[in-house]
Amino acid sequence: MPDTQVAAAPRQLAPHASATTLPARSAATARKPAHKSLGSRWRRFVSPLVLVLLWQAASMAGLISPRTLAAPTTVLASTWELIETGELPYHLLVSLGRVLTGFTIGVTTGAALALAAGLSRLGEEVVDAPMQMLRTMPFLALVPLFILWFGIGETPKIALVALGATFPVYLTLFAGIRGTDPKLAEAAKVFGLDRRGLIRHVILPGALPSALVGLRYALGSAWLSLVIAEQINATAGIGFLINDAREFLRTDVIVVGLVVYALLGLGADALVRLVERRALAWRPGLLKA
Amino acid sequence: MDIHAPAFATHDALRVRNLTRRFGENTVLDALNLDLAPGSFTALLGRSGSGKTTLLRTLAGLDEAPPEARLDLPRPAAVVFQEPRLLPWKKVWQNVMLGLPSSGARRRAEQALTEVGLGHRQDVWPVTLSGGEAQRAALARALVREPRLLLLDEPFAALDALTRIRMHALVLDLWRHHGPTTLIVTHDVDEAVLLADRVLVLDGGRIAADIPVDLPRPRAHADAGFAALRRRLLTELGVDQKEAA
Repeated sequence: MPDTQVAAAPRQLAPHASATTLPARSAATARKPAHKSLGSRWRRFVSPLVLVLLWQAASMAGLISPRTLAAPTTVLASTWELIETGELPYHLLVSLGRVLTGFTIGVTTGAALALAAGLSRLGEEVVDAPMQMLRTMPFLALVPLFILWFGIGETPKIALVALGATFPVYLTLFAGIRGTDPKLAEAAKVFGLDRRGLIRHVILPGALPSALVGLRYALGSAWLSLVIAEQINATAGIGFLINDAREFLRTDVIVVGLVVYALLGLGADALVRLVERRALAWRPGLLKA
Repeated sequence: MDIHAPAFATHDALRVRNLTRRFGENTVLDALNLDLAPGSFTALLGRSGSGKTTLLRTLAGLDEAPPEARLDLPRPAAVVFQEPRLLPWKKVWQNVMLGLPSSGARRRAEQALTEVGLGHRQDVWPVTLSGGEAQRAALARALVREPRLLLLDEPFAALDALTRIRMHALVLDLWRHHGPTTLIVTHDVDEAVLLADRVLVLDGGRIAADIPVDLPRPRAHADAGFAALRRRLLTELGVDQKEAA
């Protein structure tokens, strides 16, 4: 018989609680130094601003040559110029298209495989072993092979992004499905849910927190893949812009490209956060927020 | 052998014959026979590991009964577990209606929740409920199915003493009002005597004692006969009277 005191926690949330801590170090946050301090919103901006000012001062004093790193003011001017000529929007759209296509393919594949492996024994036996083996390989190492297979056009770039997104989604959704609280599943069974109802009302909602963490990882991974992919003989996209600028020693344009990459990552992360807030409104942490 | 036959839909008496459950070498239920009268309230006592929960799970249909056993079980059955087992991602009223057709669901859920005194909390997330409230919601979820067999698996064990007293009164109320054949599994002798018409003690895989409780309701610890019954049950459970004092 279960002991009185031990069972005193009536919440079934424990399995998911750990997920709340995970998003903090996902995709976009990895790109900027993680400031853990929860001081006022403004204070967080002080040190980056000081750094930029120092950078500007050093550039103006001639300590940093424009060949090494363009001054912030130059970067700003170049940004404006790139926008005005339509260059930046064009390359941005190309990059976004690649990420969107690859990400969609990757998430769909990862989710489909996780559902197959998570919901059936046979599926697990067929799918899980190869996935676990493949995931240990740094997928960016596949670039040479991809070039051989797909040439140097759009296909290898999109494939790389897709691959980057597949594994985080697969792993987290699979773990989420398998982490279903058996007690909840049992109760649902008593109350007349069939297998389909169980999947829809218990297993999938229960796996969602984990899957959303995976989605954020997938975004980060997709972004990284994009950067690498765009180094492969691209003729358009932010990566091309950066590579092209390198040829002409335009450090200002390179910085513009980097900033755009960072902002895109941030934006994507914010989007997933928004989805999380909507979809996981029932979680205790989010109720207070 | 027809174990989960719909035959029990027609009558409310519960009948179990020759139910044996083994886990490895360990025989938990040994050719157990059990009869519960329609609409009766029975408490099942037993030491830890005596097979109380195993029996309840079989009656709930959660565990498959062996083919040689014969079970006539009132249906539908509903279970209230020790933990509320509410789905955290569904509002309280949605939890109550889980697995039921959605037509008029909201209204029926509201009725059931009002009946357990939780009408004002139907639209909140389960995490925001206190332990007692969550267990009330679990009761409402069981009742809304209009069960002919209500199985309670130590439903109040995790609640504080004051909440437990209120829940006892509530359960009796609901039982009187709806009249399902009710079986409560508990390790609390007082709870058994307070609630049930009949107390069974499970030992060695069989019903070792079958003791009627004819104390008038509402019952209190101070009632004549309460202490004697309590002592008798404790003895059946193998508790020394000095230990119990």
